[in-house]
Amino acid sequence: MHHLKITNLSSAYGKNVVLTDVSLTVDKGQVISLVGPSGSGKSTLLRVLVGLTPPTGGTVEIQGELINYNSKSSIKLSRDRMAIVFQQYNLFQNMDVMGNVTIAPIKIKKRDRKEVEAEAEDLLERVGLADKLTAYPDQLSGGQQQRVAIARALALQPDLLLLDEVTSALDPELVTEVLDTIRRLASDGMTMIIVSHEMGFVREISDQVVMMDEGRIIERGLPAEIFDKPTTDRAREFFGKILRH
Amino acid sequence: MLERMANEIPRLFEYYSAIFLLKAMGTTLLMTLVGVGLGFLLGFVIVYLRQTPGLFWVPVRIVAITYVEIFRRIPFLVILYLVLFFIQAISPNASLFTIATIGICMMAIAYTSEIIRAGFESVPRQQIEAASAMNFSRWKTLINVIAPQSWPVIVPPAFAYMVSFIKDTALVSQIGVVELTFAGKVMNNRGYSALLVYGTILILYFLLSYPLTRLGGYLEKRFASSKDN
Repeated sequence: MHHLKITNLSSAYGKNVVLTDVSLTVDKGQVISLVGPSGSGKSTLLRVLVGLTPPTGGTVEIQGELINYNSKSSIKLSRDRMAIVFQQYNLFQNMDVMGNVTIAPIKIKKRDRKEVEAEAEDLLERVGLADKLTAYPDQLSGGQQQRVAIARALALQPDLLLLDEVTSALDPELVTEVLDTIRRLASDGMTMIIVSHEMGFVREISDQVVMMDEGRIIERGLPAEIFDKPTTDRAREFFGKILRH
Repeated sequence: MLERMANEIPRLFEYYSAIFLLKAMGTTLLMTLVGVGLGFLLGFVIVYLRQTPGLFWVPVRIVAITYVEIFRRIPFLVILYLVLFFIQAISPNASLFTIATIGICMMAIAYTSEIIRAGFESVPRQQIEAASAMNFSRWKTLINVIAPQSWPVIVPPAFAYMVSFIKDTALVSQIGVVELTFAGKVMNNRGYSALLVYGTILILYFLLSYPLTRLGGYLEKRFASSKDN
């Protein structure tokens, strides 16, 4: 059984088709990277998975269970298993770091506060922010905020972590600290779908790379295959442009 | 004339007159606080209802929006008369104070709900998406994420509105509630010169609204600085 199985998934904003017949499987412990030009549907795919954008067709199964995106309770169940980290971090501005990481486990999952806080401290230490527990988001750098956002997602104890261009909004010198955090997660065996433009990182970390263009998957395979021997002209053109610099 | 006024001043501040004026001032303050306070609570309910998604809630949304749009567009005095005649028809013993407070409340709901709505809408959509991706219900998102972030946007206009509403309550004298303006009329009828009486009333209105303005300013500053503490 696949950890996540996406079959012929489609989505559209009105008449604007953003995903067409996307099929993809993710196994436990795998890191899948989605690459492709802006507007190719990578982020939309993640948004559809967590129920922020409704699909117009196709199915998604997580650990063998079908997610019904017309049902709030089904979406909620799926969100107990998946967590997403956004490009713009989206930390709650009215809460300090500890508050951001612990609020959902305490208030939504109704877990014991002490236990959650102890876990949160561990998580924040893992992302290198043990000294920032009482800082507010606007007192942190982008890289620090993004690491808090990752800790916040991990505090939900997801089986699958979705990372949506988590380094795209960061200054170049802050990218490394976030990528290091993700590397550590990968080596800990976290199952992840990563949308990224950091090709060197994608190549290093991914078990499989999937290239999207205009809402479709146009190529997939091992990192070496995709980057060194792309089979489609579109992929050759794309990698040719971005790998040259 | 000045001499006459000078002679009147000691009498105006005699025990009975002073108590009468202070009581009237209390009535003005109480009507405003209760009316606008309730208005805020119910305004919040209106905003919540009109932002409830789903086809099933369309009639409720229409009622909420219609209420706000109508009550923001009719003069307060007209609302007051409507409330007066409506309530006297169903409950002849209702006190004028109650009627005036209900009128103030109905007006305040419409205005404060717009202030609250503007505050809620100032919170970026991404904050709400982050909350819903973590399974926050609509109510929990509102209480934990939206409301705390919108206070800084809501409080300044809310206080400005309350202060301006203290002045509007003068219209309540038209239906006979003994508040500040009405008290002025009474004192004037008792033979005090209009200039002296309304001059005193003016000062009392100022004493009511100035501290509120200062409180609003203080809260605004606190919200502004709580971000970088």
